[in-house]
Amino acid sequence: MSEKKSTFHGTAAQKAELQAVIEESKHIPGSLVHVLQRAQGIYGYLPIEVQTFIAEGMGVSLSEVYGVATFYSQFSLTPKGKHRISVCLGTACYVKGSDKILEAVEKELGIKCGECTEDGLFSIDSCRCVGACGLAPVMMIDDEVYGKLEPGKVKAIIAKYREA
Amino acid sequence: MTIKELDNIRASKKDLIAVRRLVKEEGEKLAKKTGYRKQVLVCGGTGCTSSHSMKVIERLEQTLAELGLDDVLVVKTGCFGLCSLGPIMIVYPEGAFYSQMTPEHAETVVRQHLVKGGSIVKELLYAGTVTESGDIIPFAETPFYKKQMRIALRNCGVIAPEDITEAIAAGDYAALEKALTTMTPDDVISEMLASGLRGRGGAGFPTGRKWSFAKASQGDVKYVCCNADEGDPGAFMDRSVLEGDPHCVLEAMAIAGYAIGSHYGYIYVRAEYPVAVERLNIAIDQAREYGLLGKNILGSGFDFDIEIRLGAGAFVCGEKTALMTSIEGHRGEPRPRPPLPAVKGLFGKPTILNNVETWANVNPIIMNGAAWFSSIGTESSSGTKVFALGGKITNVGLVEVPMGTTLREIVEEIGGGIPGGKKFKAAQTGGPSGGCIPASCIDTPIDYDSLIAIGSMMGSGGMIILDEDSCMVDISKFYLEFTADESCGKCTPCRIGTKRLLQLLTKITEGKGEPEDLDKIEELANHMKQSSLCALGQSAPNPVLSTMRYFRDEYEDHILRKECKAKVCKALMSYYIDPDKCRGCTLCARNCPVKAISGSVKQPHVIDRTKCVKCGLCESNCKFGAIERR
Repeated sequence: MSEKKSTFHGTAAQKAELQAVIEESKHIPGSLVHVLQRAQGIYGYLPIEVQTFIAEGMGVSLSEVYGVATFYSQFSLTPKGKHRISVCLGTACYVKGSDKILEAVEKELGIKCGECTEDGLFSIDSCRCVGACGLAPVMMIDDEVYGKLEPGKVKAIIAKYREA
Repeated sequence: MTIKELDNIRASKKDLIAVRRLVKEEGEKLAKKTGYRKQVLVCGGTGCTSSHSMKVIERLEQTLAELGLDDVLVVKTGCFGLCSLGPIMIVYPEGAFYSQMTPEHAETVVRQHLVKGGSIVKELLYAGTVTESGDIIPFAETPFYKKQMRIALRNCGVIAPEDITEAIAAGDYAALEKALTTMTPDDVISEMLASGLRGRGGAGFPTGRKWSFAKASQGDVKYVCCNADEGDPGAFMDRSVLEGDPHCVLEAMAIAGYAIGSHYGYIYVRAEYPVAVERLNIAIDQAREYGLLGKNILGSGFDFDIEIRLGAGAFVCGEKTALMTSIEGHRGEPRPRPPLPAVKGLFGKPTILNNVETWANVNPIIMNGAAWFSSIGTESSSGTKVFALGGKITNVGLVEVPMGTTLREIVEEIGGGIPGGKKFKAAQTGGPSGGCIPASCIDTPIDYDSLIAIGSMMGSGGMIILDEDSCMVDISKFYLEFTADESCGKCTPCRIGTKRLLQLLTKITEGKGEPEDLDKIEELANHMKQSSLCALGQSAPNPVLSTMRYFRDEYEDHILRKECKAKVCKALMSYYIDPDKCRGCTLCARNCPVKAISGSVKQPHVIDRTKCVKCGLCESNCKFGAIERR
């Protein structure tokens, strides 16, 4: 587990919230995935400190927690941007050129898929199908879906979030 | 809840729902009895909400309130199917089908159509419902809907999914009532067996047999699971059922619980489907409140409850044993079979797992009988199949057709053909586990067995249409990238095999392929099919094998002539500006990220191929179609 030096700053309120989730879940069989989902909702990501806390609270080994956290693509061990951009690379979007949309986003922000900008404003991920295939190619920024995209439209869409 | 109370709910909303299913004249007569002069149904599925249908509803309600029109009912429904033209809105009893609505359009419709004495705003209707002479035809008679037969999607786009009373009035829970009051568990299973229903998740295993195995298994605790981890990128029928009619899934799971002797169910649903998850949660809460889940359902003494588990983004969890491992809270890795899940499944107990669309067929089978169901479709594949039609096709959306419908009918009639005058090249079915149906097989009747015979598979129902601009080698590489990424790594043939196949395909698309690579691909693919632990690895080579079977010439073009005829593979194409079409507007030069384009105002521009990174931004920006790929 060669994580970079941690920059984790959790608050007491976050810890209390997670503690409550662990308490209500630890007796339900198979609830580890659920607890990790809730933890990621609280902290935005799953740093090793949070995983350790969950392992102790649930009474399972850290390796079990880490194994599950690294198995599923929903979980991130590194922080995400304030605005999370997710470009759909599902088949319907791909055949309509979503790889070019992803490239345009990467060029516009100067980072690669999976990374976060230095100012912490944006992170880029790819996803497999948000189910809005009728609007292909699509990307999501936070909860907003942008459909029927072209590489030329990307710049203006991202600019809106820079100003906001 | 007693059966009498259930009947009362049905009676109270029967007419309201019937108006939405009837043709114009009868609907108008009935509408008078409902207290609502008009009903406006607006799609609240993911496709339409992504194009802002919630703002359409908001403006509708505002304008209706402003004009004091309290005899118009606005209903947020699930998917109507024609997703590419969303947001969609239908006004009953006329059945006026409005498409691509904006809040402004919605206001216009209220002021001109929904007011007393108003009339349909023809220019906002879906163009397919207006004939050349200007007559309006019912949407059910348009090419998109005419050949469809909605069994699994019967209530999608008809009811408000967040209102259990509408679901009950539309027929949900009637089959549960029938099973609990008039059928023994064995009756239910024989009905399912006789119906010939096969699993809609992809493998096509007979549902009734699965249930009978689980019933025969001894055990004090058994589980009923619903696979809603719709992983095929490009398939969205399960999501639409959950968003449009979540109660039909709960009901069917309870029926299965009664049949096999189980009292607990799990729905494993993708976290990426927030709308579906929310509606399922609402549906479960309402079903418990109405006593249709929980203890002593309908006074029968039968107990059944359901819990939701969210997937966390792993394609392999669509595989049944991996899904169960994931519900148990572990890394979602598959387990060797046997033992079969019907003997030893979730938490080591006998378990049945069916896919959402399969569950959606249970109510009609119990209500109308196995003979009715098996009369639809083909001999070996009864019933209908829902396809998520996407890619290079005019009518992108959800279609449900009887098994045995030909690909030609789906593409040319229902799908409205290929846009831009392009030629149909192939349909990809079954996603990363499936294969392609080339133009030469376009008249194949689609069912489980005919697709396997031509080297593809039904899969869960994703159907991506490809035209002459699609490169088959690139598509295979796309799927291998997916499976290599999603391979869980537990077994070697899949873990290493997907990586090696991907390397070979990447090499070919980069123009570095060698003739012997094709033999290597075939050899490796056969090893993977025979020795991988689960269906992911066993089927991962299918896209490559199937495209090599029908489009070997394209592979050879890439390898021997270093040519990509579709002009998709970057290493084998370059951008070029047609000097006759270029007007010298400078838009491309100003936006080129690597400053590869030069030229003066109003003079044809030129791309420096040594600098060009082939990002395609110039092509997307050019208003004159002057950028060509060569």
